[in-house]
Order: sequence, then C-alpha cells, then structure tokens
Amino acid sequence: MDEAAQQSRLLSGFAKTIAQAKERAAQTSHETKIEAINFNFFYGSFQALRNISIRIPSNQVTAIIGPSGCGKSTFLRAINRMHDRTPGARGEGQLMLDGVNIYGDLDPVKLRRRVGMVFQRPNPFVKSIYDNVAYGLRVQGIRDRRILDEKVETALRRAALWDEVKDRLHKASGTALSGGQQQRLCIARAIAVEPEVILMDEPCSALDPIATMKIEDLIHELSASFTIVIVTHNMQQAMRVSDMTAFMLMDRETRAGELIEFGPTDEIFTNPKDKRTEDYVTGRFG
Amino acid sequence: MAQAQATRETFRERIAKRTQHGDGIFWGLTLSFALLVIVLVFAIVWVTWSDSQLARERFGWAFFTSGEWNPVETPVNPVSFGAMPAIVGTLVSSAIALILAAPVAIGIGIFLAELCPPVLRTPLSFMVELLAAIPSVIYGVWGVMVFAPFFTQNVAMPISQTIGQVVPWLGGDRVSSGRGLLIAGIILSIMILPTIAAITRDVLTLVPNSQREVLLALGATKWEVIWLAVVPYARAGIIGAVMLGLGRALGETMAATMLVGNRPQVPETLFEPATTAASLVASELVNAQTLIHESALVLIALALFAITLLLNLSARLLIWYMNRGPVGRTRA
Repeated sequence: MDEAAQQSRLLSGFAKTIAQAKERAAQTSHETKIEAINFNFFYGSFQALRNISIRIPSNQVTAIIGPSGCGKSTFLRAINRMHDRTPGARGEGQLMLDGVNIYGDLDPVKLRRRVGMVFQRPNPFVKSIYDNVAYGLRVQGIRDRRILDEKVETALRRAALWDEVKDRLHKASGTALSGGQQQRLCIARAIAVEPEVILMDEPCSALDPIATMKIEDLIHELSASFTIVIVTHNMQQAMRVSDMTAFMLMDRETRAGELIEFGPTDEIFTNPKDKRTEDYVTGRFG
Repeated sequence: MAQAQATRETFRERIAKRTQHGDGIFWGLTLSFALLVIVLVFAIVWVTWSDSQLARERFGWAFFTSGEWNPVETPVNPVSFGAMPAIVGTLVSSAIALILAAPVAIGIGIFLAELCPPVLRTPLSFMVELLAAIPSVIYGVWGVMVFAPFFTQNVAMPISQTIGQVVPWLGGDRVSSGRGLLIAGIILSIMILPTIAAITRDVLTLVPNSQREVLLALGATKWEVIWLAVVPYARAGIIGAVMLGLGRALGETMAATMLVGNRPQVPETLFEPATTAASLVASELVNAQTLIHESALVLIALALFAITLLLNLSARLLIWYMNRGPVGRTRA
C-alpha cells in the first residue's frame, strides 16, 4: 500500500518534470538560433554526417554527446566553418544561423565574428593576459585604449578570472597561468568580442575536477547572454550544464554520424525515446 | 626439464653478454663522428691562419682597408694587396641578392604553405626545389648569355644615362662591359630564392593548426591569420631560412665569377665590374706566381670565413633578442 502510494507520487513528480521540460522546449522552439535541416558533411568522398536535423535554441546550453567518432566535433566545427582549411571538406543541405545558410550566404569571417569558439586544449597566445583578451578586439579594429581596457575587464569578470589576474594583466603571460585559468582566459578571449554563439569543443577534457567545476559554473552564467553549444564526452557534465541534449551515433556500416535523439536534457537522461540513447546514457553501450 | 632450464639460462646470459657493450660502442662511434666536425673546422681555421701568415705580417690590419691590388712586382710598383674590394663586393652583392630575394621567397613560402590550392601545391613545390638544385654554373651561363646583355641594353644603360647622372652609384663609364655588382646580385638573388622559399614553406607547415584556428575563431581574415599567428610563430625559422640564403650568396663562387667582372677595385657604381671574395680567390689562386700573392688570397678567404661567422652570430643574437622579455619565447 505504502509502496504503491510512493510509486504514484514519484510518477506524478516525474510527469510534472517532463511536462515542465516539454513546456520549456515549446517556449524555446520559436527562438531557434541554429537550425540544421538534412545537413550532410563530407571529407572528400567520406560522409561524416548524415541527415542532421536539429534546432538549437537561443540563450540556452545545448550539449552534444555520443561515443568517439560519432561526428559531434565535426558538427560543432561545421557551425563556424572551421573545416574550411581542410581540403575536400564540404557541407551540404541546410545549416542556418538565424535563418541564413552558413554554407552559402554567410561570409566565413563575418560568421566567425558571431560564432566564437573555445577549444579542447587551452591555447592562449604567448602574450600578456591583457593582450590575450584584447586580441580579438584589436583584430576587429578596436584601437581606443579606454574601450579596450573596459572590454577586457568586463570579459575577464564574466569569465570569473578578473580577481585572480587583475594585478598582473600586463606582466604575466597567458601561458604562465594554470590550466583551468588558461581555459577561462580563452573563454574571456572568446566572449570579449561579444559573439552570439559560443562553441565549446570538450572544454574541460584537459582540466582537473575543480577547474572543471569552475568552468561549468561559468557556462551556466554565460548562457544568459550567449547561445552555447558544448561537445562533451562526459555525460554527467552534459547533465549538469545543459538545457538541451543531442545524442549522436556513428552508423555501423557507413561510419557516418547521425543524430539519434534531441530534446530537453532531463528527458534525454531520464526518459529517452530511442533504445540506443537509453543504452548510452545508462552506460550499457557496447 | 632441468636441461631446458639450463639452456634458457645460457641463452639469457648470451643475450646479456652480447648487448652489454652495444650502447657504449654506438655512443663512442657517433661521438667520434661529431668530433670530426669540430676537428675539421679547426683544421680549416688553422690552415687559413698559417698560410696567410706572410700577408698578415707584411700588411697588418691595413690589408682590410686597402683597395690596392697589384700582384706583379716591378721596380717602380712593389706588390700590394688589399681586401677592401673583395669585402665590399661580397657584402654589396649579397645585400642586393637578399633584398631582392627575401620578400619574394617568403611570399612564395607563405603561398605554398597557406594559400595554395592543393592541386597546385605539389607541382609548385617541386619546381621550387628543382630551382634550388640547378648547378650554379648554369645560372652563370644563363646570366652571361641572356641576362647580362639584356640587362645592360635595357636597364643599365638607360639608367646610367638618366638617373645615373644625378645618383652617383647608378652611373659610371664602364656600364657597357655588361658585368657588375648589380647583375651579380640579381643572379645571386635568383639562386637563393628557392632555398629561402622551400625552407620558409617547411617551417610554416610545421606551425600547429591550433594557432590558426584560435585566430580564425576570433573572426580573423586569412591575412590576419598569416601575419598575426602563423608568421610570428615561425619567425625564428624564417630568419634561419634567410640566413641560409645569405650564406649561399656570400659564398657563391661560380656564378659570381662569371658575372661580377673580376676587377679587384672598389667600384664607384653598381654597374661597374667589381669582385667578390669568393670569386677573387677562385680566379687567382690557381695562377698565383708568388708566395705573397697566394698568402694574400688565403687571407681574403679567412676574411670571408669571418664575415660568414659574424653574420650567423648576429642572426642568433637577433633571434635571441626578439624572443627575450617576460612574454614570448622561441619555437620552430
């Protein structure tokens, strides 16, 4: 009797969570930031992504999870055309930023000013902390010292790094910081130019747990002002930081990456619709 | 069983015995090869030093500032030798070569490494390397037969008759000889171009992709990526490439001998015949009749050696100077 009551209470709570999630998904669906419709990506003759259709909502954190080789990094890097340098790499179908096709109508340089990126390994320039953050601003033509000072401080504050480095902005090299600080410096560098979207390619995979925690807190706060897409190997991290989760998998025969399921994070992790998603998030993936 | 044990033991012992000295022997062998290089350098220095003794004792330091060159002893004119024409000729022709070649060659390297469509990359790289492999006498022949007449007719003469009347080092009355520092410098620049271009390309392709991607992701253009990320990262290597080119220009003998005019005097203009250290030594040493003449030529060779050494040292200093300070260090 007791047990049955508890179960029904749990179930109703569960249903409520799902309803909330669905509501939130419905709310956000009309403000889509990045949309892919049957998007395919090729390296020469090899198809790396097949028929990706996804709507990434604005001002939310979207996590892309999946096993190695499933194409999640390829998809992320397709969003700001980082593949342009790779010979033979090309995208087909529609991948749109605010309704404008990324492969076609957008100039890659202008696109990348709107879509920033944080890489797997912290990669600050061998320059002072200040110059690291000001770099993108200078590239975009801002020369006024006062504006630079102000924007550098804002970016460092938002990246939760200001207090740790404010005394040695010009003296210390960006490479002299610890790994976690370096990654926050890279985040500050990316947000200093005020992009609309920030892509993060496994930003914590080279960091220790405490530094990881700080970055995750930061991602939460930043999602208020930026659309964040994060690729991660770590399912707990996806659960902690993201609002929406996409699960990708490599097709066994063609080795092309496919999107299996996309939805609110709690739904993906608690009530996945696809058997393969369930196997993966519960760790039963073979 | 026991027997198998025993054979295995001896096998192990055999292996141990066989390998116990191997590393030591290999170390000693390679060490002796490396020492051979040092011995060679010192041997060369010692030979040039001792063989030039006669000239050093007779002329002293004045040798390097004197422009006299009279190898034939007569009662009126005693022999006199000076290194000034050779040193000036070497430095000026190499400087011309470097100024003309370095920007173009670095541009070629950047194009090949960063901008070239993949279809063109392999054939173009191959052509550049082929250019570096052409023996210098062929450049010399082309220079003498084709370039020098053309240049004298269409460039040197008109310039010396117009601007040359005002600018002193572009005029002169021996322009028609078709030999001179400028022609030699231009041919040298063509010769060192592929060396600098090929090494610049190699150095740039070694720059890690992450360096480019960071800047790309900040909304930089290709131009900005190249000049703000790729070239600064590889600057030590590019300076090295330019120094290798300079080294080739300083020491180039055959093409310089064929085109510089072999006139051991400090020229007044770039169009006049002159000489370089390498070409002077190469063309006169075999015909030297007197010991003092031979000795003076060896001393010029020693001076060339010293110049090369000094320039290489200053390049090292330059790289060190650019990379010092709290932020910034060498790579590539």
